[in-house]
Amino acid sequence: MSEEFPYLPDDSYAVVQRGPEPGGPKGAYRVFGETLRGLKTTMARMVEGPKTVQYPEEKTAVYPRFRGRHKLHRFEDTELEKCVGCSLCAAACPADCIRVVAAENDPADRVSAGERYASVYEINLARCIFCGYCEVACPFDAITMGHDYEMADYNRGDLIFTKEMLLAEPLERTPLRSEGE
Amino acid sequence: MVSLLAEVGFAETTWVLVVKSVIIFALVFAIVPVLTVVERKVLGRFQARYGPNRVGPMGLAQPLADAIKLVGKEQYKPDNATGFLWAVAPAIVVFTGVATLAILPWGNTQEVGNGDVGLYGIDVSIGVLYFFAFSSIAFYGLLLGGWASGSKYSFLGAMRSAAQLISYEISMGLALLGGVMMAGSLSLTEIVEAQGDIWYIVPQFVGFLCFMVAGFAETSRAPFDLPEADAELVAGYQTEYGGMRWGTFMMAEYIEMFVVSGIAATFFLGGWMGPGPGFLDPVWMLTKILALMFVFFWIRATLPRVRYDQLMSLGWKILLPLTTLNVLVTAVLVVVT
Repeated sequence: MSEEFPYLPDDSYAVVQRGPEPGGPKGAYRVFGETLRGLKTTMARMVEGPKTVQYPEEKTAVYPRFRGRHKLHRFEDTELEKCVGCSLCAAACPADCIRVVAAENDPADRVSAGERYASVYEINLARCIFCGYCEVACPFDAITMGHDYEMADYNRGDLIFTKEMLLAEPLERTPLRSEGE
Repeated sequence: MVSLLAEVGFAETTWVLVVKSVIIFALVFAIVPVLTVVERKVLGRFQARYGPNRVGPMGLAQPLADAIKLVGKEQYKPDNATGFLWAVAPAIVVFTGVATLAILPWGNTQEVGNGDVGLYGIDVSIGVLYFFAFSSIAFYGLLLGGWASGSKYSFLGAMRSAAQLISYEISMGLALLGGVMMAGSLSLTEIVEAQGDIWYIVPQFVGFLCFMVAGFAETSRAPFDLPEADAELVAGYQTEYGGMRWGTFMMAEYIEMFVVSGIAATFFLGGWMGPGPGFLDPVWMLTKILALMFVFFWIRATLPRVRYDQLMSLGWKILLPLTTLNVLVTAVLVVVT
């Protein structure tokens, strides 16, 4: 063997393992034993109990970096929007699903911290591919990918999320996986 | 005078018989839908999942939903079908299953009021033959159903199931013959009473295994569910059936499974025997039957479907010699002791 395959050290090649020949009394005896082994295996599954996650009632926790529905953020202290309407997210979006219309801030009644703010900020979630490029492109961390994934709806129009919807906290929090889980 | 009909061991007046038949029929027809949902739930547990648990409490209303769906379906008949035979085939199958229930002994004779009542449909002296006669007639249902559908696939499926059933019928009979010889009777009640000392599963263990294997094939349950083979064929002889006609075939399958379990419990597990007073007999019988049904489900969850040639060679090359040997050894032992 080792002369045919000089590159193989003697102890590193495995002999092909073949099962015993089927049929005959020996085969019948073996089938009986293997059947009992199979029955033991299935019974062990029954003893273990179901592994099912009863989805609408129970939810699988998502990982911290899970890319779900987007969120827009405000500054915690001043309550001003972080988004300055620069449209870099819209430029980065490969699915072309973000629409930003910027407007000048009124100094008496500021909406965002910068010179301008997004008067219209819409994400068409029917088109979004959840790649997270918008999050990467944003210079102010104004948009991040959240953890919500239950976004099914009855018509496409309802999937266009406006700025108010993206700024609002989700009604139900998606369970989050703890470290190392 | 020689009677045309079989001798009857013990029978009550006619109206008691009628009441008893209605009770047994109602009981089994109540159990069959429960069995369908229990099977799916048990199968689910074997696969580490829950099974149906959405309809009603714990999913127990599932058979009701299934029945409503089946009844609500369009009654479609293929153009080529031979109408009458096509419609009567499921009825034949379910009839043979129900008819066999008559001889399943649920308990010994009990004193009720001022007379004895046997807790079985009727105690005939030819019990085992009756069972085999009716399970043979069940073939006609399958064959007629397959042929009268007017579809070549149905017909092929019917031929396959007929070949399978005929192959295993012999082994099934021979597997029971050991018990018959030990009890010295064909009557199921006498066979149960003969097991007072020891259940026949101990001396007839090989017979029990062979009977169960043949029973799986007879009822075309996994791993011998080749007639339907839901994963790779359409449905064999059932291909052209839909709605409640198909449901009738399925119901017949469950009744047959119940009957085979009942016969196995009678022959090998001591039938109604169990501790407690006499009126608990049916409970013991039912417990044993349900335990055997659980084995049916367990096997279904475990073994993959055999190939057709494997099915045939198992039946003719292993099961038939084994059961014949079992009968011969039992015969010698019965004569010697």
